[in-house]
Amino acid sequence: MEEEVILPHLFRTEYRNIVSVLCYLFGIEHIEIAEDIVSDTFLSATELWATKGIPENPAGWLYTVAKNKTKNYLKRNTVFEQKLSAEIRYSTPRTEEFEIDLSHKNIADSQLAMIFTVCDPSISDESQIALALNLLCGFGIQEIADAFLTGKEVIYKRLNRAKEKLRESRIKIEQPSISEINERLETVLTTLYLLFSEGYYSTSPLAQNATLRKDVCEEAMRLNYLLIESPATNQPAVNALYALMSFHASRFDARTNENGENILYEDQDETRWNRKLIDQGTHFLIQASTGNKVSKFHLEAGIAFWHTQKESTSEKWENILELYNNLLMLEYSPIAALNRTFALAKARSKQEAIIEAEKLNLTGNHFYYSLLGHLYTGIDHDKALRHFQTALELTTSKADRSTILKNIERLNS
Amino acid sequence: MNEFLIAIHRDLTSENASPSPEQMQAAIKPFQDWIGGIAAQNKLVAPPKRWDLGGRVVRQNNTVTNGPYAEIKESLGGLFLIRAESYEEAVEIAKGCPVLQYGAVVEVRMAIPAS
Repeated sequence: MEEEVILPHLFRTEYRNIVSVLCYLFGIEHIEIAEDIVSDTFLSATELWATKGIPENPAGWLYTVAKNKTKNYLKRNTVFEQKLSAEIRYSTPRTEEFEIDLSHKNIADSQLAMIFTVCDPSISDESQIALALNLLCGFGIQEIADAFLTGKEVIYKRLNRAKEKLRESRIKIEQPSISEINERLETVLTTLYLLFSEGYYSTSPLAQNATLRKDVCEEAMRLNYLLIESPATNQPAVNALYALMSFHASRFDARTNENGENILYEDQDETRWNRKLIDQGTHFLIQASTGNKVSKFHLEAGIAFWHTQKESTSEKWENILELYNNLLMLEYSPIAALNRTFALAKARSKQEAIIEAEKLNLTGNHFYYSLLGHLYTGIDHDKALRHFQTALELTTSKADRSTILKNIERLNS
Repeated sequence: MNEFLIAIHRDLTSENASPSPEQMQAAIKPFQDWIGGIAAQNKLVAPPKRWDLGGRVVRQNNTVTNGPYAEIKESLGGLFLIRAESYEEAVEIAKGCPVLQYGAVVEVRMAIPAS
């Protein structure tokens, strides 16, 4: 494989693996030391590999070097060692010199513990996602800035503040107990879903960012899968979220054209939908159908499942309508209210949906006017046009503008 | 915004009650759509639950009897909470109840704001 391809991926994967293991070993107070050791390891690798070529087992090489650097660090910093090594020795009493365990199992355990640390309720959503991308997924600051469509400086500050907060609150990095899992799993799942959405819905104008966005989605799915692999967190809602992400991801390639522009659902070529991911989603949705609690992820996965059926049948839209009814009863959101009304138009009639739409009172939301424009299309041309124009005035997103303009064009043809 | 109790009363005790079990069956989907519509306006405070139709009635001296409280023909069949500006608005929402046409009665009560 080409070096330019293999290195960034290897670095990203191994960065998160080693950082997680070291943070798990050192504790959250020493997150920076862990990061420094890993960065230093990668610097050595880049220097050496540039002249001598990539070793046969690059990951193994990185692990050995990281272990040595950690031991050297501890030797040089006696204060740190006295304070920390005592704690580590205490927790691993059988070994005189503690081991840095980079086995697959310990990496998975460390990552799982870190997921629960990063998703601490004291950290804002925005920062949780940035932290997750950085510590759990191994993304660099520039990559995170690109994904968030913001500057490096902003992300740098955001990450530092969040890490400071974790240190201040002395949040332990440990295997979550059953009660912690029950208490926090929903927050964790919400963060993973936000992370996925960040990749899925980000409207970056840069076509080259498509790969980065896909990577963000894949990382969210990987972390979700870690929760499935661990028996204590393998709960129905976790499987439902994985199903939801699988269904969405199945349309990843079909939803943009070669210029990186969005293709609307109705216009997508369903032969480009990824069958394997659809089947995977169906499998995990079935796995999720146990217990007596229906989470929002179950309902959203159900809705996403019906969207993998391209044919517009009344069965499809009746089911989607019912799922949206249930979702709204569980938790209101403007987007769910709009989608519910769209489903009502499909299941019943546009007339019925217009009556309901006008009760929604979402003036100020450009999607609301786009929906009204859509509902009046074919019923009242002038009203439809007026609503689309209001939507156009309200939107700030370039991608949404082009979608609305397409709708106006269609209306006038 | 005020909170309102929406209580649906219907005949649970008569032999040939209206709404009949078949009519209730037919009303399930319209009922869900009605509630979904209220929720879509962000006016649902506490969603309805499915209540057991048997129930118990407790009276003075701890007398407990079976069955819904039915001194009158209309027992409590369902209840939930909504948000509305006024009785006028709450009543407008209540008029959408799809079981009304089969003889159910909807009671609307405003919660008195804590002062």
